[in-house]
Amino acid sequence: MKFELRNNKDFLAGSLFIAIGVLAVVVARNYPFGTAMRMGSGYFPTVLGGILILLGAWVMVRGLRSGEKLKSGWGWKPLALIALSIVLFGSIMARLGLVPALVAVLFVSAYAGREFRFKEVLVLTAVLCVFAVVVLLYVLKMPYPLIAGLLWIS
Amino acid sequence: MDILSNLAFGFGVAFSLQNLAYCFAGVLLGTLIGVLPGIGPLVAIGMLFPLTFTLPPVAALIMLAGIYYGAQYGGSTTSILVNLPGETASAVTCLDGYQMARQGRAGPALAVAALASFFAGCVGTLLIALAGPPLAEWALLFGAAEYFSLMLMALVASAVLASGDIVKGLCMVVVGLLLGLVGIDVNSGMARYTFGVMELYDGIGFTVIVVGLFAVAEVVGNLESKEAREVFTKNIGKLMPTRKDIRDSSWPTVRGTAVGAVFGVLPGTGPALSSFVTYMLEKKIAKDPSRFGKGAIEGVAAPEAANNAAAQTNFIPMLTLGIPSSAIMALMMGAMIVQGITPGPQVMTQNPELFWGIIASMWIGNLLLVVLNLPLVGIWVSLLRVPYRWLFPSIIMFCCIGNYSVNNSAVDVYLCALVGVLGYALVKLGCEPAPLILGYVLGPLMEEYLRRAMLLSRGDPTVFLTRPLSLAFVIGTALILAVMIAPAVRRKREGG
Repeated sequence: MKFELRNNKDFLAGSLFIAIGVLAVVVARNYPFGTAMRMGSGYFPTVLGGILILLGAWVMVRGLRSGEKLKSGWGWKPLALIALSIVLFGSIMARLGLVPALVAVLFVSAYAGREFRFKEVLVLTAVLCVFAVVVLLYVLKMPYPLIAGLLWIS
Repeated sequence: MDILSNLAFGFGVAFSLQNLAYCFAGVLLGTLIGVLPGIGPLVAIGMLFPLTFTLPPVAALIMLAGIYYGAQYGGSTTSILVNLPGETASAVTCLDGYQMARQGRAGPALAVAALASFFAGCVGTLLIALAGPPLAEWALLFGAAEYFSLMLMALVASAVLASGDIVKGLCMVVVGLLLGLVGIDVNSGMARYTFGVMELYDGIGFTVIVVGLFAVAEVVGNLESKEAREVFTKNIGKLMPTRKDIRDSSWPTVRGTAVGAVFGVLPGTGPALSSFVTYMLEKKIAKDPSRFGKGAIEGVAAPEAANNAAAQTNFIPMLTLGIPSSAIMALMMGAMIVQGITPGPQVMTQNPELFWGIIASMWIGNLLLVVLNLPLVGIWVSLLRVPYRWLFPSIIMFCCIGNYSVNNSAVDVYLCALVGVLGYALVKLGCEPAPLILGYVLGPLMEEYLRRAMLLSRGDPTVFLTRPLSLAFVIGTALILAVMIAPAVRRKREGG
């Protein structure tokens, strides 16, 4: 039974909505609720959270009845790698500068594809780096370091 | 004629060298991105949105509008040449357009698509100019209660009409509303759902949501499925359609335009549904319906006209009432808010150059599409040869840069990754992301109107039912729900 639920489309969707709704309501308890006439900042979110929990429960129950399965499995590898590449871009950009961040995002995300051809990715990275640097730093004049501590374009 | 002088004023604004340049840039960039398979107008606008921050409001919106119909047009080129639509609105064009391409008639298919779109664009633009002023005047009568009910109707309609699952659509709307509430509450000055993160005090960025939900989630989804597409890039044939092609496609174009114009105004429908409906209509009234799906030129002309007409009339509720009728219009509305303009009926009186300038630029943009794209079709075709394994890292890179550049903050980039993961999960679980965007944009506005309406009525919720206009919108909402839920209930009863 438990294993069945893990692939039950509507059950999972419903659970996700209920979780978001509960989070919304619980956090909103820290905000003044007010009255219908003078609504506090907690009023609207609490109502929304409540609605979401109800609708989520509906979806969940429907899933239990129909038992409809997910069509295909989860793409864990591309999901993890793409998310990782974006996070890497953010952290490297802030610390080491534009060029290392671009290299990181391109290489890691390209690895998420079905085939990874090192030479192609290298050329792609070089071309896109030049393009991004020209557009961002020269055309749009954004104040980003190329490589932190080494190269600044003023 | 008032409209003529207003349009002339608009053309005066749109024909300034700067605005023409931005219109041109928008159309070109939009087409460029729209041609790439799997990237629709929403992602195109979402990615290029930060570029327009520094522009003056009129130029920014002209450029964004250009990107919108450019991307839509690019999508039809793709669906004719590759059996893989760039965006949902072009999915129908695939059916016959691709067949025409296989028969060596890609050229006429592209030309007819362009001409039908242009015709529909002209009519659509004119309709906005005609319908805009009276609608806006009417909307000036709206109070807080009316606005709240109207937004409720728009949101419910978007959830119901978007696709498939109503309950999930409603869930997505509510999630969007909640996401829209993140940040400082304007009324109390209290920070909500910020979890101590300073960067969230201004709310979750627009680009973060759109890029994460559409671009990132889409890329992951594409990577998980197999890449299989056949591109017709060798033999486009002559561009010029024959006289028979023109004759065969002229009435379908007119009918498509009419259907599209109506659907474009309705909340939650937009280009995708309208092109589908016209296709079914053409098939129904055709003398020989079996030709459809085998390269009938009507099957290209009608949906293309419909989706472009809808793309234009989509602007009507947004520009006049401040209510977006599709996710893309929600984006446009977001762009206006970022520019410091509150969308609504007062735009026409307070920023006439914006209102009429955009309308005039739409016509210019549609003209540019025809003039530019027929000769440039060779370039678009060569773009289609770019393999996806080069494309998707580039898309992710542009998403990162776009997000970082809004506030120069890494937090936005992290959030985008998070939203991307959430978006992928939601799509996988059969939830359409479009209603979420509508909710996200309308969230803070809806709360504000609810507060005001309840304050004025001294906490009496019947205010939404006693004011006639508001009552009409509430009844409309109930009807939409009833119509959609009834067949589902009946089916269930019959089944059980």
